[in-house]
Amino acid sequence: MRKLLLALLASASLTGLAQAQDTTLKIGTEGAYPPFNNLTASGQLEGFDVEIARALCDEMKTKCEFVTQDWDGMIPALQAGKFDAIVASMSITPERQQQVDFSDPYYVNSLTFVAPKDAAFDAKAQDGKSIGVQQGTIAASFAESNYKGADVKAYPTQLEAWADLENGRIDSVLADFGVQYGWISSPDGACCEFKGDPVSRDDKIGIAIRKGDTALAGRLNEAIKAIRANGKYAEINKKYFPFDIFGQ
Amino acid sequence: MTAEALAQRPPAPPRPWTRARIAGWVLLGLWAAAGLGLALFLVASWNPELFSQYAPRYLSGLWVTIQLVAISVAVGALLSIPIAYARLSRNRVLSWLGYAYVYVFRGTPLLAQTFLIYYGFGSFRPQLEAVGLWSFFREAWSCALFAFSLNTAAYQAEILRGAIQSVPRGQWEGAAALGLHRLQALRLVVLPQALVVALRPYGNELILMIKGSAIVAIITVYDLMGETRRAYSRSFDFQTYLWAALLYLALVESLRHAVDWIERRITRHLVR
Repeated sequence: MRKLLLALLASASLTGLAQAQDTTLKIGTEGAYPPFNNLTASGQLEGFDVEIARALCDEMKTKCEFVTQDWDGMIPALQAGKFDAIVASMSITPERQQQVDFSDPYYVNSLTFVAPKDAAFDAKAQDGKSIGVQQGTIAASFAESNYKGADVKAYPTQLEAWADLENGRIDSVLADFGVQYGWISSPDGACCEFKGDPVSRDDKIGIAIRKGDTALAGRLNEAIKAIRANGKYAEINKKYFPFDIFGQ
Repeated sequence: MTAEALAQRPPAPPRPWTRARIAGWVLLGLWAAAGLGLALFLVASWNPELFSQYAPRYLSGLWVTIQLVAISVAVGALLSIPIAYARLSRNRVLSWLGYAYVYVFRGTPLLAQTFLIYYGFGSFRPQLEAVGLWSFFREAWSCALFAFSLNTAAYQAEILRGAIQSVPRGQWEGAAALGLHRLQALRLVVLPQALVVALRPYGNELILMIKGSAIVAIITVYDLMGETRRAYSRSFDFQTYLWAALLYLALVESLRHAVDWIERRITRHLVR
């Protein structure tokens, strides 16, 4: 019995050592945010975020491993060391900056409404209307503070908000331009279209890392510059969007 | 003076420090330390700004939770009567139907049932509109009530069935000998005895529903858990979940006391 225990302890400490020596960079993403990060039918991660992350890892010459994590628990999981960086279209906000550090932005977004094609829609007349958002996103806080008369419904993932828009349970969905663009150009989103101009612009998306992990921040920023310069970024961009998503 | 007071008390048995007793005290100490740690954490991380911003929302969330559970448990209680009747019926078809209902709703997670009803029915909008039910299934609130009522009805039917079966056959026979109809016998003789047995399981079911109701947050109902998730997604402060846990604990604890009180009242005739 005691021998068994010792053997267990020894193997546990060995795996601990192995983990410490492992230089694999673990990257957290959500996997429910097409076309940025989502799972294919066979369970593989794909999307703009995922390809950018792979390109960055190639550039930094590190092996990378992806971890999928619910949006709600993304920042706590990073802090708990479940992964080392979040590449999941996370906007850089002051609230989040109190908890984590960010790399330089790797793309710029704006918040835009989508609604059914046949529906009349005015972004300024939202009283009594229902707006679907994803819980914990900047769209959620923007909708709650700017459309006080509206019924803002928060969903665990973006996909459920769209499902309810299709069902007609809600009048519109407010989210990032890029993710909405991906949906309305897919067969699932055929019901709906962009309504009006973006309601908020210049929303910078960065890679979140643990506070004080400046070495990793430096390497990521270098790598972002490098893939911008060598055309790798443009190549991935073109695959997903007909416009330059990087912004200025 | 009663006989009890006259009888002499036997001397207290010796209580040596056995291994089990020491282990018990050590474990108790660990629990107390954990509780104290949590309390200290709450005091240390006390954030008046966070509290003033979210306290009203927590209260409104708590109220939503209470309403949701109260209504669905009441509707479930009504539904459980015919189901328990079917379960107990000698008619093979009827008893099989009752069994199938209980089997399905006890055998699948409440989460899956809620999701199926909310998003599943959502994709049959044209058909539901045709029969005029869409206005009901459009609302997340009514979908949640519907799912919870169906689910708790299955559990309550089993509680009711077990309690009725725990009453000895002789009670039925005695009632029949007095010329009572079967339904009269059920209402006047069997149910009053069965409900004493059923009280504790009913209390448990209510507590399970309170905790189970936390899942409505994922279909956009802002109950206590929904408000907690909203607060957490804004503040990233772990104590938001701790507050929710304390509120749930307080709710369950007051319910437990209520059930205790009812039990003391209705079992007075059994106390010797």
